[in-house]
Amino acid sequence: MTNSLFDKIWDSHCVDTNRSGRSVLYIDRHIIHEVTSAQAFEGLRMAQRMPWRKGSILATPDHQVPTTGREQGINAIHDPIARLQVTTLDENCSEYGILKFGLEDNRQGIVHVVGPEQGATLPGMTIVCGDSHTSTHGAFAALAQGIGTSEVEHVLATQCLSQKKPQSMRIQIDDELPQGSTAKDLILYIIGQLGMAGANGHVIEYAGKAIRQLSMEGRMTVCNMSIEMGARAGLVAFDETTETYLRGRPFAPQGPLLQQALEHWQTLHSDKDAIFDQDIRLSARDVAPHVTWGTSPDQVVPITGRVPDPEALSDTVQQAEYQRAQKYMGLSTGTPLIGIPIDRVFVGSCTNGRIEDIRSVANLLAGKTIAANIKEAIVVPGSGLVKAQAEQEGLHTIIKAAGVEWRAPGCSMCNAMNPDHLEPEERCASTSNRNFEGRQGQGGRTHLVSPVMAAAAAIAGHLVDARTVSEV
Amino acid sequence: MEKFLRHQGQVVPLNRANIDTDTIMPKQYLKCINKYGYGDWVFDNWRYLDPGDVNIPTSKRRTNPEFELNSAKYKGATLLLAQKNFGCGSSREHAVWGLRDYGIKVIICPEFPDIFHNNCFANGLLAIELKQEEVDHMFYLAESDNGLMATIDLNTQQVQMNHKTIKFKIDESLRQNLLNGYDNISVTLQQSEKIKAFEHRYFKHRPWLNVDLG
Ligand code: SF4
Repeated sequence: MTNSLFDKIWDSHCVDTNRSGRSVLYIDRHIIHEVTSAQAFEGLRMAQRMPWRKGSILATPDHQVPTTGREQGINAIHDPIARLQVTTLDENCSEYGILKFGLEDNRQGIVHVVGPEQGATLPGMTIVCGDSHTSTHGAFAALAQGIGTSEVEHVLATQCLSQKKPQSMRIQIDDELPQGSTAKDLILYIIGQLGMAGANGHVIEYAGKAIRQLSMEGRMTVCNMSIEMGARAGLVAFDETTETYLRGRPFAPQGPLLQQALEHWQTLHSDKDAIFDQDIRLSARDVAPHVTWGTSPDQVVPITGRVPDPEALSDTVQQAEYQRAQKYMGLSTGTPLIGIPIDRVFVGSCTNGRIEDIRSVANLLAGKTIAANIKEAIVVPGSGLVKAQAEQEGLHTIIKAAGVEWRAPGCSMCNAMNPDHLEPEERCASTSNRNFEGRQGQGGRTHLVSPVMAAAAAIAGHLVDARTVSEV
Repeated sequence: MEKFLRHQGQVVPLNRANIDTDTIMPKQYLKCINKYGYGDWVFDNWRYLDPGDVNIPTSKRRTNPEFELNSAKYKGATLLLAQKNFGCGSSREHAVWGLRDYGIKVIICPEFPDIFHNNCFANGLLAIELKQEEVDHMFYLAESDNGLMATIDLNTQQVQMNHKTIKFKIDESLRQNLLNGYDNISVTLQQSEKIKAFEHRYFKHRPWLNVDLG
């Protein structure tokens, strides 16, 4: 029998399937943060239940944490309600004996950056987290799903999810990404092709030459945004790149256990004749740097493009959406993306807050200064360890010399729950994953781009094709 | 959980696709640690003309007369009708808590994203997928001068309107849970022995995963 990678992981974690086709799926790793776990622990307590396997859980606060003043610890959080949420996570973790990287811990960071860098994310695992971008971990050939708070409680209490097996989809990307285009451009392009609901109910496996050539960081960027097409998860098969990344990580197996694990991990790919409910083939050859013009990630064009004409669409619901998005973004049909003035620049998030992202930003910024009209440009590393690594490489010096702020790790302006946010009508070049209305601040206007495109926008003061901004 | 058998109510139409959970419940309300009390903030940015947060009483804010939920016509509506992909984006269950606390019992749209769909059922909210033309027909009626009253029967899986009945289909396990008011955790815990046996076998084959982080 031939199986897809998804089939293999699903089947090996299926505890039971009932008559209506719903399965009890065993969960290997549970990652929690401050925003979606408090009510789950409260529910657990009220029902007088205990966590089924507390050793499977990793906790870190990320959404609410400030990116400045961190030496003050919890006092750096001025909003009392936000502070209560972070201390509630602390209390729940100490009450149940759950591993937590707190505010003062160098390993603290965004859940989806921390899991992989600790080796807490391993191939073949089932992983859940009360956050939709859990799909990030799929880069490691793990079935990683975002869940709601009730499901967080469900996994705490039972170590399982109750769900119907999703459908499968393969997106095969042939050829190589052109020079100057990144994993972020690739996934923005894919989202543009499939649309916001294009993968609803599906687990996507990304395959093909362009994916194989990506680093683990790049693969995480791609898997991260699977949810932007409604996918349940994104997956990439295990290979040497995966193995090299994992070797020596704190929670990754070592010695004889590693040998045993490797034997299993090497089976984590789709068999040659595996069948997918949907099989899509695209080429990376023509993927230029991409930028969103609207208020959903699929409203995206190459940087050399223009704001599209709603009238050109046949679907009236979509037409109305385009009109609404243009209005919110303060843009009109035909405006070239290049040249749109930018107020703020944000580099960070679970999409693009890893060391490779910061390297590419420093590389472009080196020896240059940000434009006078930029009110603020910030680089927020995805974790304390990413920050330390970048500083060891001297990247922060280059970044600061360009006039860009070097901040402490967290989600920051990705969803602006901490103090970093846009003011109404401010326009931002952002490396995050969602450009929804108000996401980065009420009335704020977000253009999603890659790290190097964000850095180029900071230098130019407007959206620009990074390929035309010379690197030193 | 409360049982759901049958519900009759007015339909409020939100004729937009891809309404995301950031829109349904903006981030400033995600700081709370309770599970109830989000009703005043649902669709906050659309519902009010001035910005808000947890500390600003909604009674002090001007409402947006152009937003459907604020119009006298749809006051008290308990059935929400939307276009494709309602509830996409963030997994925040606060979006569902907000809709529930506002009084919404049923959401109808052509296609739901998975996490939101699961969150609805976990909170006793019935999320029904209908065909695009059926949804369009309901929009037509709900937006007409008379508006639309509908009855949802979970037992027969029917939407009943004046002269028309539409069939729908809900995953059988989820349907049984709602009809009987079961909570998902108790249902899964009935399988405790199976889960333990699974773990035992599983860790024997995958000893490298039998590691406690904490
Ligand atoms: S960085 Fe953004 S998308 Fe990622 S977990 Fe944080 S808020 Fe969510």
